[in-house]
Amino acid sequence: MEKISYTCIVCPKSCKGELIVKDNNEFETSGYICKRGIEYAINEYRSPKRMLTTTVKMLNGTFSNLPVVSDNEVDKDKLFACLNYLYSTKLEAPIKEGDIIVANILNTGVNIIAARDMKIKS
Amino acid sequence: MKKLNIDLIIIGGGPAGMAAATQANDNGLEKVLIIERDCELGGILQQCIHDGFGLISFKERLTGGQYAQRYINQVEAKGIQVKLNTMVLEITSDKKVYAVNEEDGLLEISAKAIILAMGCRERTRAQVFINGARPAGVFTAGAVQRYINMEGFLPGKKAVILGSGDIGLIMARRMTLEGIKVEGVYEIMKTEGGLTRNIEQCLNDYGIVLNLSTTITKIHGNKRVEGVTVSQVDASMKPIEGTDRYIECDMVVLSVGLIPENELSKNVGIELDSLTKGPIVDENMMTSIPGVFAAGNVVAVFDLVDYVSQTGVIAAKGAMKYINGTLDLTNTYISVNSGENVSVLIPQKIRKSNLDNKQDFFLRVREENEKMKLETEWSDKLVQAGKFSMVKPPEMIHITLGEKELAQFTDEDICFHMRKES
Repeated sequence: MEKISYTCIVCPKSCKGELIVKDNNEFETSGYICKRGIEYAINEYRSPKRMLTTTVKMLNGTFSNLPVVSDNEVDKDKLFACLNYLYSTKLEAPIKEGDIIVANILNTGVNIIAARDMKIKS
Repeated sequence: MKKLNIDLIIIGGGPAGMAAATQANDNGLEKVLIIERDCELGGILQQCIHDGFGLISFKERLTGGQYAQRYINQVEAKGIQVKLNTMVLEITSDKKVYAVNEEDGLLEISAKAIILAMGCRERTRAQVFINGARPAGVFTAGAVQRYINMEGFLPGKKAVILGSGDIGLIMARRMTLEGIKVEGVYEIMKTEGGLTRNIEQCLNDYGIVLNLSTTITKIHGNKRVEGVTVSQVDASMKPIEGTDRYIECDMVVLSVGLIPENELSKNVGIELDSLTKGPIVDENMMTSIPGVFAAGNVVAVFDLVDYVSQTGVIAAKGAMKYINGTLDLTNTYISVNSGENVSVLIPQKIRKSNLDNKQDFFLRVREENEKMKLETEWSDKLVQAGKFSMVKPPEMIHITLGEKELAQFTDEDICFHMRKES
C-alpha cells in the first residue's frame, strides 16, 4: 500500500488530498471535494498531464505573438519538446480562435489551437 | 468639441465592461457605448494566456484570451458601439464623460447612466519601499506578462520574484518556459499570497523555491539590475541580522498586490471604501453618486473573472432600472458590515425596497480556517448563510441570499460573521 499527497490544480479551492494505492492496485482517495480532484490525483500517479499554453510568432498580426492552448492535456514530460516545436513555428494572420495551429503535436494526440482571433496589422 | 448623447456609458472594455454592455443590450437598451483605452477589447485577459478562466460561467477551463473572445464576439454580434484607443479624462456628477482620442479629438458625452469598469492596477516598487538606486530591470509581474505574451520581448535572463501573488506565480512558470531562469520567489508574509493550485502548478512543477518570511532589502546595480540582497524577517517584518544573502539577477519582478484604479472615481467625489480601495456600492452596484455604477476589479480585486463579469451584469441591470426610473433612490440604506473573520465585503449597503428575489454578496476572510459557517446577523436574528470546508484570505467567497432570507431583513444593519462550526 502506498499513500501520496496531491494538491488538485483544477479550481481555486486547491483541495489537498491523499491518494491511497492499495496492493491490488485499486485507488482510494480522501480530501477531494469533487470528482475532478479524484481524477486529478489518479492522473498524477499514473502519468501527470498539464494544459499547454504559450505563444507563437505572428508575421503580420496586430500583435507579434498569438496565444495558443492545447485542446487537451499533454504529458508533463513532453511539455518542453512541444514548446520547442511551437517556437520554430511562424503564423500568418488572419486567424480565428479555435483554428488548429498544429494538429497532433509530436504524436501526442493533442491539437494546439489558437486562443484568440488575430487580425492582419493595418 | 464633439458632443454625443448616450444612454449608458461603460468605461473599460474588460470582462466587467463587456458583460455589462451585453446585459444592457439584452435588456433592450440601444445606445450603449464602451470606452476602452487600449487598441482592442478584452482588457488584461488578453495577456493572461494561461488557462483556468470561466469554470463557473462556462463550465470550462478557458485561457484569458478565449474567455475574452466569447464576450468580444457577443459585443460585435450585437453591434454594441465601442470607442477604442480612447482615454476618459473626467466624469462629472451630472453624468458627462470627457474623453479624448486621435479621431474625434476631445469628446463630451452626456449619459443617462455610467458604469465604471476600469479594473485595477499593480502595486509598484514605490509602494513597497525598496531602497537603493533606480536601475532598469525592475518590473511589475503584469508588465513582464504583457512584454512576453503580447509584445514578444524577453525582458531579462535571470529573475527574482518579490511577492507571491497569483500573477507572480503564473509569471514564474511563464518565464521558466521562455528560458528565463527564476531564482526564487520571496514573500515577506508567513503565508503565500496566491492560490495553492498556483504554488503547485507554477512553482512545484518546475522546482522553483518559495521563500516565506523573506524579502528583498536592497536592489544592486546602477544602469541595470545586477543582483538583490534578501533577508529573512521577524514577526514584525523587520529584517533579521545575519540572514542576508546576495543573489545575482538582472530582473526583479514585483507581484505585490493589486489596487482598484479609481482616479476618475476620486476626482468626481465618489465615496471609497478604505478596505477594498474601490467605490462603496449598493445592491445594484451603484456608487454614492446616483446613476454612476461600478463593476469588477474597480470595486474590489476579485480572484475569479467569473465574479468580475457577474458584477458587470448586476451593474447593468441596476443601470437599466435607474434609466427607466424604477430604482428607489429615496429610502434609507441598511449598512452591511464585516463581522468576525470577514474583511472585504460587497455590497457595503442595501436598500430593502430595491432587492429582487435574490441578492449576491462577495466577501473575503481575514484568516485561513477549516470547517466554517457564514452567519448573517441583524436585530436579534442569526441565520446561517453557508458552510465552508476551508476558507482562505486569497479566495473571494460568493453567496446568494434568496427571497426567504431577504424577506426577514428588518431596517437594522446586517453583519456577516465567519465562525467555526460547532
